Amino acid sequence: MAASFLFSQVMGGLTTAMFLFLIASGLSLVFGIMRVINFAHGSFYMLGAYLAWQGVQWLHPTGAGFWLATLFAAVTVGVLGAIIERVFFRSLYGREELYQLLFTYALVLILGDAAKFLWGVEQLSVSTPPILSGGIEIFGTTQPLYTLFIIAIGPAIAIAGSLVLSRTGIGRLVRAAQMDREMLDALGANVGAIYTGMFVFASFLAGLSGALVTPIQSIVPGMDVLIIVQAFIVVVIGGMGSFWGTFWGSVIYGEVLSFGILIFPGFSLFSVFALMAVILIVRPWGLFGRPL
Amino acid sequence: MLEISDLSKSFAGFRAVAEVSLTVDTRQIAAVIGPNGAGKSTLFNLITGHLQPDSGTVRLDGRDITGAPPYRLCGMGIGRSFQRTNIFPNLTVFENLQAAFLVHRGRGRNFWSLAESFYRDETAGLLASIGLAGQEKTIAGTLSYGNQKQLELGLALASDPQILLLDEPTAGMSAGETHDTIRLLQRIAEERALTLLFTEHDMEVVFGIAQKIAVLHQGRLIAEGVPDEVRNDPEVRRVYLGHGLGHGH
Amino acid sequence: MTTETTAPAAAPIGVAREGNWVRRIPWTLIVFLVLATVPWVGSRYDTFLAEQIAIDALFAVSLNLLLGTTGLVSFGHVAYFGVGAYVCGILMKTYEVPFIFAFPAAGLGTALFALVSGYFCVRLIKLYFAMLTLAFSQIVWAVAYKWNDVTGGDQGLPEIPFPDLDWMSAIPGLGDLRTNDQFYLLALAIIAVSLAILHRLVRSPFGRVLTTIRDNPERAAFIGVNVRAYQLAAFVVAGTFAGFAGALYGIFSRGVFADFVFWSKSAEVMIMAILGGMGYFWGPPVGAAVLVWLSQKITAYTEYWPFMLGTILLVLLFALPGGIVGGLAALWNRIQGRRRA
Repeated sequence: MAASFLFSQVMGGLTTAMFLFLIASGLSLVFGIMRVINFAHGSFYMLGAYLAWQGVQWLHPTGAGFWLATLFAAVTVGVLGAIIERVFFRSLYGREELYQLLFTYALVLILGDAAKFLWGVEQLSVSTPPILSGGIEIFGTTQPLYTLFIIAIGPAIAIAGSLVLSRTGIGRLVRAAQMDREMLDALGANVGAIYTGMFVFASFLAGLSGALVTPIQSIVPGMDVLIIVQAFIVVVIGGMGSFWGTFWGSVIYGEVLSFGILIFPGFSLFSVFALMAVILIVRPWGLFGRPL
Repeated sequence: MLEISDLSKSFAGFRAVAEVSLTVDTRQIAAVIGPNGAGKSTLFNLITGHLQPDSGTVRLDGRDITGAPPYRLCGMGIGRSFQRTNIFPNLTVFENLQAAFLVHRGRGRNFWSLAESFYRDETAGLLASIGLAGQEKTIAGTLSYGNQKQLELGLALASDPQILLLDEPTAGMSAGETHDTIRLLQRIAEERALTLLFTEHDMEVVFGIAQKIAVLHQGRLIAEGVPDEVRNDPEVRRVYLGHGLGHGH
Repeated sequence: MTTETTAPAAAPIGVAREGNWVRRIPWTLIVFLVLATVPWVGSRYDTFLAEQIAIDALFAVSLNLLLGTTGLVSFGHVAYFGVGAYVCGILMKTYEVPFIFAFPAAGLGTALFALVSGYFCVRLIKLYFAMLTLAFSQIVWAVAYKWNDVTGGDQGLPEIPFPDLDWMSAIPGLGDLRTNDQFYLLALAIIAVSLAILHRLVRSPFGRVLTTIRDNPERAAFIGVNVRAYQLAAFVVAGTFAGFAGALYGIFSRGVFADFVFWSKSAEVMIMAILGGMGYFWGPPVGAAVLVWLSQKITAYTEYWPFMLGTILLVLLFALPGGIVGGLAALWNRIQGRRRA
């Protein structure tokens, strides 16, 4: 195999990985703090994509359309997350996890159809923002600038996120919440506000990643359900609740998928689910997480 | 009967239980006491297989049972109650006890007969003995706190234990409930020729019924003996200084 | 882990507690006899609907053995439905094995798969258990979707033959029925027997032990229950009956397709169980009936069935956690209470 070909595969895997990281990091945070598996996280991602498209339609004449639309999409999804957490989720915290799972699944159904109702079932697409529309030559391959941008933004968010978690007061509270909810109560922290904050932040990230994916993937109904299972795999590999774990989990997932296709054509789907199962069996807390 | 030797357990560098050795003789009523965080619950969880010890052994009638899973211990004659009441809240009182009989007598693999028809008399007898007669059809989770504790005792007794480990049997009870519970325990231990090992915060209870007392402090056993020895032990007095140990007895 | 022993929720996920006379009525037999008349009194469409409901009812009851009885939240139950459907379908179509052998083989194959996958699943608790069941079901889906030579891949296995039902034509009164209707009667009989077995199982000592695990696994271990072994046994039984339901479904829908095994189907059957009431044996069949009927009615008017389903689910979660049967039982108790007062 030529080096340039391998390089292409690696870059393809990394692109997938960084998108998944943006989505899965929110999922993982919500799990770590609230012990909730949020099926609707994929729906937030899908809404982000549709809202970005909508924003671009509205802002088209201004030229700066894509970036403003992305911001608009991420913020709107964040606000939606706040409403959902405050109005519904709050009353489910004390209930069995089955009810929480099903609540988030109800959101999947409702938001999926809402998107169909608002934007139809046709494929929609957004063109790459002009500033990133070119490509550069690396190792005899042409890498689109936009792809490189995505590969850069993943680590940037990972570093920023982990700095916030390790250096700030909010981060300390969040880590305390991950370890022991009662301790947090004892500290006198407003647990409700932390939960809302985390849920909003996670939704914001999902919306952001949905918006950012639009230049390289068309927007279709069903993208929510497809992405959420992949995000689960990533979170499981890295360790539910572990931020850097999710990052490396994404990289592993992206590369396994990218190279799995070469080794067993047609069976990459199988290999990622098998990987997920094996990790749950051998190390349920993930490669980078801690036993709970 | 029960022989604990050199049992140790650490959590992330913190020694919760350190080299504890203790024996309880047949039909003895023994208590483990100590200030909060002394390692009483950890010791219990080590004996009953909820935690694996780092070192040391637990023997029952000479047989090594260290780290055996709870369901096996139960079959070997160890019954236990928990500090936070531990019953089957959505089943009726009758179903709670009957389930324990079904399991203990090896009927759990019967998947064809009607469960209701088994051990009706045994269950009714046990209900009467623990003072819950007439409550058969009550959903266990709706019982009063004291009654739940009684039911939990019944669950332990249904497995026909030789030794009963009780973690804070009177925790959260009023003075009257505490009194009733202790009388019940004494009577049942007598009737069934049971050995009892319990932890307790109420010193009046401990010095009232225990024949042997072991004192834990920071994971170590600092004293062991009959109540009078323990009461006069200088180190125990130091640890319990100001706690009014054994006043009025 | 200690379990809080607060008062149970408004509708306890407990053993059904109807009055004794309600219990003594042989519900399975009555429902079976009523449903068996559908080919004569109803339209082709009615038979189709009844068969769909009956199969989903068995599927949902098998899930509820885990969900309601043992307290295991499986998010991958469709895997066992799918394995049953594929094993039976492949044997009947590709290898021309008669139904009478293919059907038990489907149950056996599913049981084996449930034993192996369940062995790993029951070692995990709560959300991890749910995630691993999901992972196994997605593995089954990936295999079904991609293994073209055996499963037909994304094309599926169309045209699975009907079993040989000539013997049924020899029975007086059944000879004039269409093959569809004859198969409906056969499927109905198999489902009725399966439900009767499961009903018996839930009320047996084994079933009682499962409810102790659901209520409080820690305490169950300390009355002598080998919790994992019982959970695994329940998992295998539930998987096997899901496999039977799947095998019937493949023949009923005249083909087996990878879509059958996608994870959202696991959620659907879970909704059936909860809609009917997972605290009651007859809850999931009621849920299956209501959901299948509603989906048929609603999809006739609008394409937004998932939206309606999501809304139903929200109402259930926030307003009727005991499901339909739980709600009716509460109503009945209130009427009874008022009468006594």
